[in-house]
This record gives sequence, structure tokens and C-alpha cells, in this order.
Amino acid sequence: MFVSRVKIELCRLSFKLRLFDIIFGHPNLNLISVNILSLESVFKKYQTKTAVDNVSFNVPKGSIFGLLGPNGAGKTSIIRIITSITRADTGTVLFNGERLYEKHRTQIGYMPEERGLYKKMKVGEQLTYLSRLKGLTKKEAKDRIEYWYNKFDISSWHNKKVEELSKGMQQKIQFIATIIHDPLLLILDEPFSGLDPVNANLIRDEILELKNKGTSIIFSTHRMEQVEQICEEIVLIHEGKNVLNGKVSDIKQQFKEHLFEVEFKGDFNNSVDSVAIPVSISEGKAVLKLNEGVSPNKLLSEIISKEIEIVSFREILPSLNEIFIKTVQK
Amino acid sequence: MSKLGLIIEREYMTRVRKKSFILTTLITPIGFLIFFIVIMFLMTSGTDQKKVVIIDESGILGLDSSALASNSQVVFEYNKTIKLNELKKTIKENNFDGILFIPKTAVQNIENIPELKSLKVEFYAHQQLGMNAQSYIQSVLAERLKSIKLADLGIETVKLEKAEIKSSDIQFDPKNLGDENKKEKDVSGSRIYVATFLGGVMMFLIYFVIIIYGNMVMRSVMEEKTNRIVEIIISSVKPFELMLGKIIGVGAVGLTQFGIWAVTIPTLNFIVSLFFVGRLQNSNSMMQSAKVNPDEMENFAEILQELWSFNYFEIFFFFMLFFLAGYILYASLFAAIGAAMGDDWGEGQSLTMIVVIPVILAFYIGIAVIEDPNSSLGVFASIFPLFSPVVMPARIVFEPPMWQILLSLLLLLGNCWLFVWISGRIYRAGILMYGKKTTLRELVKWMFLKE
Repeated sequence: MFVSRVKIELCRLSFKLRLFDIIFGHPNLNLISVNILSLESVFKKYQTKTAVDNVSFNVPKGSIFGLLGPNGAGKTSIIRIITSITRADTGTVLFNGERLYEKHRTQIGYMPEERGLYKKMKVGEQLTYLSRLKGLTKKEAKDRIEYWYNKFDISSWHNKKVEELSKGMQQKIQFIATIIHDPLLLILDEPFSGLDPVNANLIRDEILELKNKGTSIIFSTHRMEQVEQICEEIVLIHEGKNVLNGKVSDIKQQFKEHLFEVEFKGDFNNSVDSVAIPVSISEGKAVLKLNEGVSPNKLLSEIISKEIEIVSFREILPSLNEIFIKTVQK
Repeated sequence: MSKLGLIIEREYMTRVRKKSFILTTLITPIGFLIFFIVIMFLMTSGTDQKKVVIIDESGILGLDSSALASNSQVVFEYNKTIKLNELKKTIKENNFDGILFIPKTAVQNIENIPELKSLKVEFYAHQQLGMNAQSYIQSVLAERLKSIKLADLGIETVKLEKAEIKSSDIQFDPKNLGDENKKEKDVSGSRIYVATFLGGVMMFLIYFVIIIYGNMVMRSVMEEKTNRIVEIIISSVKPFELMLGKIIGVGAVGLTQFGIWAVTIPTLNFIVSLFFVGRLQNSNSMMQSAKVNPDEMENFAEILQELWSFNYFEIFFFFMLFFLAGYILYASLFAAIGAAMGDDWGEGQSLTMIVVIPVILAFYIGIAVIEDPNSSLGVFASIFPLFSPVVMPARIVFEPPMWQILLSLLLLLGNCWLFVWISGRIYRAGILMYGKKTTLRELVKWMFLKE
């Protein structure tokens, strides 16, 4: 009783402060926070091991953010802190500019890696229950369920028990249950695991659509090819620590090894040793590593000057997978 | 609606709509009804009069059949002319239902009847008599023999009746010593019977609910854990809310079931008994006319009277409190155990025993306490919070001192709160732990785990 009273008062206070901010302006104006989520020096220790060790990162609004790391790195621990399942020992978590607390649960959608639904419950009842736990009214829940039924063309499932559905069908229901309350932040833990290619594509399209509507998405996985496809920013967690953080393009630049692939016609006998070392040369294709301080243009003009006919010329950037392995093995 | 309300609603609705719930809820009153009907039939059956012909070869009965009183069940006829073997063949033509044959060999010395210790009679019939008719014949013959014996001994029946006194004629009137201000209370023998019965029923009910519904809570927790849905739910609500909602929801299912039974069982039995009223009156008048055990009738009336003399408001009030607190205490423990258990039932058995053993122990202590409600074991067990939910209701009908009830209740409520808190902590940690076998030590560790 007392606690809830205090909470209400705090709510009121923060609301008044915000009004004040809006009217008079404030340097850290909450309402226009560019990040949906900010972790600052978050620690979480379990009995013997430190699961989250001084992790900080920001998730920009409306982006797809990759939370990466090998198994057991601490991804799930971080997600559980964000979803208020557990609490950080120290450090702050800001959600949409506010300190994270319980009311934010209704603004977050979470799909754990290990999926689960009530097997004996009917699809319609289940979705209603889960969405009402997220704060929707009966009416709202009904409308949203209707919307998703139509979208996925699954109205006929309404009165089916979950155990009567195939695994792929269950995954769809799971996905709907995760996003039915239009969360500001969507957390997907390995969303594609166990999905066939058709359903995986369907879910991916939905994710992209949600992003276009402005939903921020945290995408936790250890499957790098998926990350490369859809994530703009990533954080790489290893042994509870933040080992890499930033835009995917920036990180690739950071890890590039100045490799260039040249496709050509004829022979590549003439050496370009002065500017680059050939890594591999095969029929019509060569991979060259640029010497330090040499610009790609210099290499290009060097090749042209050797009268080699160029078909294509491009820089080879490392894949996230390579970066991942490299970083983790360091 | 609050989230807790939503959880309670789901836990409640999914169970109440289950076929198994509907079936057991309906079948139990029907079972009681059938039991009741059978009892009724037994009580009123055999009202067809049986015609019994007596062949007294020994001559011990001496007189004609008018000496033996007939009743609604048996009519006697006395036959001196026809032989047994003849009668056996013509029993149907003569419309007799049976032949009561007293052979010559049954009485060794007809001159010295007072020495007769027992009498062996034979009964021939195509269909044997019911228990009531048979015992009626026995009692009539015994009565007859007694009067013959008395006459032979020269004792007047009136004198004998005057001398007769039974143990039940000694009125035992216990008065409780103790508080001077309190009125001395009558504690009659039948009151103790009734109290034993009431206490036993209440005790069993609570025991039953704790075991059955506690297990239901545990299974439900395990199901959510192995289903992995629990992680989704607790990203929306606090684990404690989920646990509490479950306990309250399942408890409400139990109350619903008992509520339905409390209404349907007496109603159905009442309706059925209306059909039997006519027959029942018959058999009552038969009992009276035959003077079968008037003591029992008296006892019965006394028991009925005692039934009304209890302070049901007080009993029900405390019963509900102990019932609810006991259920919540144990259900929360069951929930904690459910959260600690993995998918493997067998593995969890030893953990379940930790919770089940105190309940079973309490039940057996309760049985002993009903026998001797104010023993030191009774006082201790009805105050000790792990036993009190089962033992105190058994004792409460024996009107223990109020301070004991209140102390017990206070301790129980305090412990209820404590156990719910502890279980909440174990539950919170347990539902997210997978794969490891949980030991008791770990449970203790989980209690002190940070959020």
C-alpha cells in the first residue's frame, strides 16, 4: 500500500518536472531523448560469477540494435535487467530518458529464446490474457487480435488450443503475443531459431515493418549473417563485458585490413609490390593488401599504369562473423 | 482490472471450465446421493409382512401363536397338526413365507426351562428373511422364553421391571472446572460424539484441501516453468504477483467446489428424503411398536439436540480463518517447491516430501487429539503453526481456552506471511533456473538472493 502510494507520488513528480521541462526547456529534456534505452555501467553479479560486468551502451530510437555475444556471454542477463525480470546491482538503466521501472514493462515486448505458451489454452484467450497483462483493455485487446488475425490470415485459429497447432504456427502466435501491445521497445532473443525459411522471412518482414513504424528493436543473437542483414548498431558482449559497440559500418571500417579485390582480364604478372602485397592471385582475380599509407587510388593508378585491364575493383570489408571471432578469441 | 486480478481470473477460469473439474464437482454429490438412497432403502426395506408358521416340536413355547406379537414385518401362525416335511412341500399353497421349526432336540429337559441357556431354531424358506425380520423373531422368542423362565422361577415380571436399572440410567454430568466467572458447562456423552465427528470432518477437509489443491498449485508452477511461458509472464508482472495469483486462483477453485457441494449435497439428499418420508415413518412406527432399542432413539434425539447446541458461528469463523491461512501457507510452499523442480517429476519427489510430511504428521496428530483434545500434545500441535491449520479445527469444537485459539491464529497468520515471503523468494529464483538438480541447500541460498 505504502509503496504503491510512493510510486504514484514519484510519477506525479516526474510528470510535473517534465511539464516544467517542456515549458521552460531543460538541457536533458527527457521527451526528446534520442535513445530509447541507455545502460550506464551496469553490473550484475550472481552467486559466484559476474554475469554483467560494467556494460554501457545506447539503443537509438527507431533502430534495430544487435545484442551479440557467444552463448553464456551475459546477453540473457542484460535482457532480464531491461525487462525488469531482475534488477542491476549497480549502474543505471534509462528507458526513453527515464529511469527504468516497472511501468515500463507495458512498453516493452519480449520474446525469449525459449518460447512458451500455455498449451491447453485457446489461441484467442491466450492472446487476450497476455495482452491484458501488458495493460491493454479488453476492447483494445480484441481489436488488436483481430488486426493480427487478418494480417496473418489466421482467424480460424481463434478457438484452437495451442497444442493443436504446429510449431511454426505456435511461433507466429508467440510473435503476435510479443508485439500486440505496440511496444516502444521490442526485444527478440534469437527470433529466427526453429523457424522454417518461409516463416523466418515473414517474421523478418514484420520486424522491418515495425522498425519503419518507429519501434526500436533489440535483436539478440549469435548468428552474425542475420545481424549484418538487419542491424544498424551492435554491442558485442563477451564474458559479461562490453567488448565492441557502435554502428555496423563503423565497426567494419575499424576492423578492415585494407584488402582490395581486383578482377581483370589477361595476366597479372606485373608486380605492384611498391604499393600492395598480393594475398592471392587466381585466374582473373587478385586480392591485394594495401601497404601502409598508400591510398586505394594510388593502387588503382599503379595497376592501370601496368596496362592491366580492370573489370572491377572493390574493398573487402571483414564480415561481422570474422570480427566476432577475432574479438572473442582475443 | 489489476494484473493480480487477471492472473487470478485466468487460474480460476481455466480450471473451472476443465472437464475433470466439472465431472468431479457433479459426480461427488451424485455419489453422496446414491449412498444416501442406498442407506434409505436399507432402512425402509423389508416392510412386506412375512408370514411365518411355527412348528414347535419341543413344546417349549407352550401356548398358541397369540402369545407371540406380530409386527409390520412378521406375522406368526401356530401350527400343531401339520408335520414339517408336509409343510415344506405345501409352503407355497399355504401362502407361508417361512417355517420356524423348533425341533425336540433343541430342548433337553422341558421340565427345567430355567436351566436353558440357548435355543437353536431352524428356519425354512425359499427366500431368507432380512436382518430386521430375523432379529425381530429372535427378540420375540427371547422375550417369550424369559417370561416362561421367570414364571417357572416364581418371579413376578412387575417386580423384575422395578429392579431393573441400566448403565445408561446413571446420568453422567461432567462439569468443567476453571474460570470462576464462566458458567459450568454441561458436557454430555453425546456432545463428545458430535464434537468428535464435527472436528474430524473439519480436520479432514483442511487436510484434503492442502494436499489436493497444494499439489495443484505446484503442478501449475512446474507447468509454466517447463513450458517456458513463465519468462514472458514475469516480463509483464512481478513473480510474486504471479505466485500469489496462482495460489488465490486455485484456492478459489477449491472454495467453488466446496461451495457447490455444500449446497447440492444437502439439497439433493433432502429432495430424495421427501420420497422416503412415508416409508420412513412406517419403519419408525414399526420400531416403536416393536420397542426395538428405545435407548437408541433417545440417543439419536439427544445427538440431534447436541448438534444444535454448538456455536456454529464461532466454529465456522475460526474454521475459515485456519482453513484459508493454512491453505495459503502450504500452497506457497508447494509453489516454491514447484519452482525449484525441473521437468523431472521423480527428482522433485524428495523436495515435495519436505512439504507433505508436516501435513500428514498434522493429520495423524489430529486424530490423536480428537481422542484427547486437551492433552499436552493437542495443545502444542494446535498452536504450532505448521500443524495448527489441521489440528486446531479438530480441537476447536471441544472449546479450548480462547487464548489458545487466538495465540494459534496469531502465530499462524504471522507464519503464513513469513512463508509466503520466503516462498516468493525461492519461487522468483527457481522459475528462472534450468537444468540443475536443486538441493535443499540451494533453496536456502535462493532465499537470500538479490533481486
